[in-house]
Amino acid sequence: MQSFSVRYIILFSLAICGVCAIFVSSLAVSLAPLQDVNKVLDRKKNVLMAAGLLEAGEAIAPEEVEKRFASFTPVVVDLATGQELADVDPVTFDQRKVRNDPATSEVAPQNNAGIARVPNQALVYKAVDEAGELDMVIVPVEGYGLWSTLYGFLALDADLNTVKGLAYYEHGETPGLGGEVENPRWRSVWVGRKIYDDSGATAIEVIKGAAGPVESAPHKIDGISGATITARGVSNMMRFWLGDEGFKPYFDNIHSGNLQASAPTPKSKEAA
Amino acid sequence: MPKKSEALLDPLFNNNPIALQVLGICSALAVTTKLETTLVMCVAVTAVMVGSNFSISLLRNYIPPSIRIIVQLTVIASLVIVTDQVLKAYLFDTSKQLAVFVGLIITNCIVMGRAEAFAMQNGPFLSILDGLGNAGGYSIILLGTAFLRELFGSGKIFGIEILKLTTEGGWYNPNGLMVLSPGAFFIIGFFIWALRAWKPEQIEEEN
Repeated sequence: MQSFSVRYIILFSLAICGVCAIFVSSLAVSLAPLQDVNKVLDRKKNVLMAAGLLEAGEAIAPEEVEKRFASFTPVVVDLATGQELADVDPVTFDQRKVRNDPATSEVAPQNNAGIARVPNQALVYKAVDEAGELDMVIVPVEGYGLWSTLYGFLALDADLNTVKGLAYYEHGETPGLGGEVENPRWRSVWVGRKIYDDSGATAIEVIKGAAGPVESAPHKIDGISGATITARGVSNMMRFWLGDEGFKPYFDNIHSGNLQASAPTPKSKEAA
Repeated sequence: MPKKSEALLDPLFNNNPIALQVLGICSALAVTTKLETTLVMCVAVTAVMVGSNFSISLLRNYIPPSIRIIVQLTVIASLVIVTDQVLKAYLFDTSKQLAVFVGLIITNCIVMGRAEAFAMQNGPFLSILDGLGNAGGYSIILLGTAFLRELFGSGKIFGIEILKLTTEGGWYNPNGLMVLSPGAFFIIGFFIWALRAWKPEQIEEEN
């Protein structure tokens, strides 16, 4: 076997590291724009799925996604005050980053949804109809199921009470059991149910067994057999995110017409 | 000097990396719930194996033996990152489902095993064939497993409904074991059994 000098070994390892580093980084940088496009497109698809404008597994061209997404506007909302923030750019807003950064999030109050931190701000999507009236609001929800944190979007009608749709886009629940939260048939049970009861408390709940028609059980959702704990997680996260710690203050502001910063202020426009 | 056809064809059945050497089991359990993700995973492993065998073989006379493992690892890791980035750019949905498992090709024992055992001793062309052969052996087992798991676990083949599930109003009650990782363990066990019944020389001697 050949013997190599120490000098050669050091030079060789440096050369290998250099070549590999240049190779990997130049490719990663050149592919980054494409990947960013994919990420944005993916988020739009998830929003569309929650809104019921896209079927799960439907093959769809990027242009068609843009077309269906045209009526939606992303808005960053301050959770504590329930006001829209015009000076935060929703395109670059990353809610998970905001949630994980101690400077922009708070320790969650005691809750059953397994939520440890609450971001100060959250990204919601508003859709308007042709007349310019509010058509629906889509809010992000997250919370712990059995094995994993489930991430999804909940679409609410303009009354901010009636569910228009629900879609989970990321979770690690058991396929076939808890993973059935993705099942279109189960998701369709949500449509038309009410979030809040007459007193304004969050009442929506996944129960055991069948919930029955919307008229007789407006706040109940069919259980998923074999997925009791995931279903409980879904109930808990809905209560949390639609309650006072979540989007309730924002909804109240929309109802009372108290939204202050719905249009960008001149100052922030200049800064942008 | 091994023959070309041996380098390419031996790993398929005679010396299958999963069934005989029992390497690369981790990803075989994790990514085989659906054929589509499995196919992408197999292509990714093939690309990494061919690339790593080829580059290690080119460098084999220049790699100092004292640092050869870390050099192999550097090359393999670079190729895996590149594969992962390409998947994220062009096959975003599938790469989301594969999640961490593309990255884990780095620790797939087959890739490094072939670099160390074959590419360090043989020329580039033979090493490419060996990479193709081993990736092929890996893919055959994975695709077979995924076929059975997707069919009996979700009633589908490549996402197309074959057996109508009871949850969708059909007649087939899906087998929950198939969608869980232990299901793959049983299937791979049956594959090994079948292979050793066909080729008895693969049966290990009792000690």
